[in-house]
Amino acid sequence: MTPLDITTQLLQVLCALALAPAFLGWVNQCRAWLQNRAAPSVLQPYRGLRKLLIKESVLAENASSLFRFAPYIVFGTMVAAAAIIPSMGTGLPMSLAADGIALVGLLATARVFLSLAAMDVGTAFGTLGARREMMVGFLAEPALLMTLFVAAMISHTTSLPLIAAELTNRAPALYPSLAFTAVAFTMVLLAENARIPVDNPATHLELTMIHEAMLLEYSGRHLALMEWAAALKLFNYACIGFALFLPWGTSREAWGPAGLALAAPLLLLKLALAGGALALIETVSAKLRVFRAPEFLATAFLLAVLGLLVHLLLGD
Amino acid sequence: MELLLLLGTPVLGALVLWAFGAHRRAAELNVLFSATTFAAACALTVQVIARGPVLVLHEQFLIDAFNVFLVTLTAFVGLTTALFSRPYMRIEAEHGRVGAPRLRLYHSMYQLFTATMLVALTTNNLGLLWVAMEAATLSTVLLVTLYRTPASLEAGWKYFILCGVGIAQALFGTMLIYFAAERVLGAAGVTALLWTHLNAVKGQLEPAVLSLAFVFLLVGYGTKVGLAPLHNWLPDAHAEGPTPISAVLSGLLLNVAIYAVVRCKILVEGSLRSALPSQMMMGFGLVSVVLASLFLWRQRDIKRLFAYSSIEHMGIITFAFGMGGPVANFAALLHMTVHSLTKSAIFFAVGHAAQKAGTQLIDNIRGLLTLSPTVGWGLMLGSLAILGLPPFGVFASEFLILTTAMKQQPWATPVLLLALAIAFAAIFGKVQPMVFGDTEARRLPHPPALLPVFAHLAIVLLLGLYVPPYLAGWYRDAARLIGGP
Amino acid sequence: MNPLPLDLQLLNACASLLLLLSFSMLAQRRVVNLVNLLALQGALLCFATVLVALRTGQAHLYLSAALTLALKVIGLPLLLHRLIRRLGVYWDAEPVINPSGTMLIGLLIVVFSFGLAQPLAALASTATRSTLGIAIAVILLAFLAMITRRKAMSQVVAFLSMENGLFFGAMSATYGMPMVVELGVALDVLVAMLVLGVFFFQIREQFDSLDLHHLESLKEVE
Repeated sequence: MTPLDITTQLLQVLCALALAPAFLGWVNQCRAWLQNRAAPSVLQPYRGLRKLLIKESVLAENASSLFRFAPYIVFGTMVAAAAIIPSMGTGLPMSLAADGIALVGLLATARVFLSLAAMDVGTAFGTLGARREMMVGFLAEPALLMTLFVAAMISHTTSLPLIAAELTNRAPALYPSLAFTAVAFTMVLLAENARIPVDNPATHLELTMIHEAMLLEYSGRHLALMEWAAALKLFNYACIGFALFLPWGTSREAWGPAGLALAAPLLLLKLALAGGALALIETVSAKLRVFRAPEFLATAFLLAVLGLLVHLLLGD
Repeated sequence: MELLLLLGTPVLGALVLWAFGAHRRAAELNVLFSATTFAAACALTVQVIARGPVLVLHEQFLIDAFNVFLVTLTAFVGLTTALFSRPYMRIEAEHGRVGAPRLRLYHSMYQLFTATMLVALTTNNLGLLWVAMEAATLSTVLLVTLYRTPASLEAGWKYFILCGVGIAQALFGTMLIYFAAERVLGAAGVTALLWTHLNAVKGQLEPAVLSLAFVFLLVGYGTKVGLAPLHNWLPDAHAEGPTPISAVLSGLLLNVAIYAVVRCKILVEGSLRSALPSQMMMGFGLVSVVLASLFLWRQRDIKRLFAYSSIEHMGIITFAFGMGGPVANFAALLHMTVHSLTKSAIFFAVGHAAQKAGTQLIDNIRGLLTLSPTVGWGLMLGSLAILGLPPFGVFASEFLILTTAMKQQPWATPVLLLALAIAFAAIFGKVQPMVFGDTEARRLPHPPALLPVFAHLAIVLLLGLYVPPYLAGWYRDAARLIGGP
Repeated sequence: MNPLPLDLQLLNACASLLLLLSFSMLAQRRVVNLVNLLALQGALLCFATVLVALRTGQAHLYLSAALTLALKVIGLPLLLHRLIRRLGVYWDAEPVINPSGTMLIGLLIVVFSFGLAQPLAALASTATRSTLGIAIAVILLAFLAMITRRKAMSQVVAFLSMENGLFFGAMSATYGMPMVVELGVALDVLVAMLVLGVFFFQIREQFDSLDLHHLESLKEVE
């Protein structure tokens, strides 16, 4: 564990914390542009967070301690996840502790606490949101795991930094299996981060909302943490996508500090592009009815399994 | 030369009848073309008897002991059916069931159908065999739907889709054979689908590929044979199409499909040196026999009844070819001949009976003997013949098959016997009141021309009493060619 | 590990897309889109044939590709579109099995066909042999589509997709069938389509619809 590794690790976590709201802001801005609306500033999420942090947080009378701890746990898991995803460099000391499968588990933990907290107060909306969230998670996780398996089988390791490194080392070639799983992963990303077509982050319509329904009882700093965690989740998913499908430019241990200096602007570029693409997808697709969401995720799962099978058959 | 005449005549006939099919004399033209085809087939037969197997046109066509008698049989039944269809279709036209454009379609497609069957029988190229089989389906689909009734459309659709899917399986099987052959015969690609070449190297073909190929081929061509459980299209197509078409479907197309299966079996068995193809054929055959004989009981439509009887007999033939060996093959070939003749004769008689009664429902056809003795006796004798009563030829072939089964596959004999008994009771029980029952209808003024019926039955009777030596020699040669375990 | 040559990579990509298209056809319920997917499948097949032709230098493959282009990319889809417009069939009814169930069966079929292809591919000497499994999967998936569809038109599209799979299989295993056979098959497909055109009008005339529900009155036993 060299000092450089520790620097990379620290820098990466800080980067994630700082950039996540900006990334969310960027997606929203792109979306507004595409829809011919006056766009909010990229910094809008920061302003929201600051406002919420200043405000007093109100708790329901019958809220248990779980309700109060949940935001910290959810936020904590997201930060931990950000630490093991190779967004800037592959030499991550933290990544020795957890591989890709553990990462999925980490994300699942966050989901469980979020759902439990939503049900804690006992309002109808919270329960409804929690149930829908569990349904989405139940279907999205296998697809996400399949995606990771394909990448793991190609590079013979389940550790995300090693996968990214191995894929960069390969001579550029067409990977039909990776193309399939990339589409599957994008679909999972949309579903998991409450984006259109599965959920709409911009409305509070009781018939359709999933994520927002779970946060209705939160306020003040708790809500700020939850929203920040949500932004981090989107950021993390984007970075997993980069590690699996666009690993070029991630700094290596061998490259030294120069690599790290190169990786930062590249990450920004990738994020900008991914945000634009995400906004585009959201703009052109229509919101699905909640009960069509399983079909959407089943398709993602199908694609991921097809990717796996194609990889086994064609052996690329 | 004879071959060109044989294949060219029906093709020319199809074109000419497409142009003049609605003409007053179109039916006579149809007979004329069929007669020419039959003459060519006879000439070809004489040539093959005299000089042995013929391989012509860049080896694309092969006439040997196995297919030459089928060619003659096809041409003969084609001729008699054309004779039968002349008065039959005229009456249909008088009843207003078919108009002039449909008659044109009918005549033209009839010739085209004959042509495709003859190509399928004579080709040496397994790929061409497939193409011809598919073309045979296509040329008859529109004939099955000739009356445009809802039921006939359904039958046509089922026929088209089921046989289309089946035949696609067969194409995959053919592809697999080509795949195996290419490794032995080289990538030149020209000879690798020719049956004679394949037969020469069959011992070197990859057994794993060929066994898979045979599964696809048996399922594919088996659909056309009407083997259970792939038989759904057969009764519908037979019942809803015009009767001459039912006669040729049952009498000829099924034979051609079996021929295709057996040709493939020869190759596969040579490569595998195992009993797998035999066992599969015996299994499909037995299932067909048993299922068909059970379904016979529940039929209320006379044409469907005999369509199920065709499935039963195809099962028997498939079973016999599955057993293999000189005697079983001989019996199967004989059975193909007599079944084809008897069944087309029955359909001729049934056609007249149904036309007179105006219905195909068994319950509504009564007292044929009073109505018209020739039709009544024709149907009765035909039914007795197909049920395997001595002294008809069907008895001889079934007897041979049963005795061979007793020796080679004793377990199957009781099943076969039981199924035959069930079928006997079912058909006899239904035909008897049709022929001998009481009726109020008056006797018809003119007896219908039933020359083809009695000609066929006479031949079947003759074959039951005495198989001419040259025919027996033929069968024996073919049986040896087919071989067996 | 050396990556495959570029043409084989492209071929593999083609094969994967063919598989994906088969699944899309399984899920697609708009008949017009189904025909478009079929045309796309034909185009991919044509492209793959050209790739193999370039690789092996076999002249008859160019002919086969041209045939595919003329018949399956342009001819038949146009014909089918015309039929759809004239007959007014745009949507398929609810499939016999629900979509997720169909997809699951489809996945099992893919696993089965890949298993089936493994020993065969091991025997093949062609550079394209690894795609044989996909060809078998395409055939069987089309078969599944035929079973689960109710409209005559969708069944026909599935049937043609099966034919595409067969051609692709022939190409991956043996660089295509001999020319005589390919021409014959193409002719048969063309004639089949013409027969079908006539047939559709007959069905429509009788039932005023192309739903195969109407074609379910003939039973095995009465």
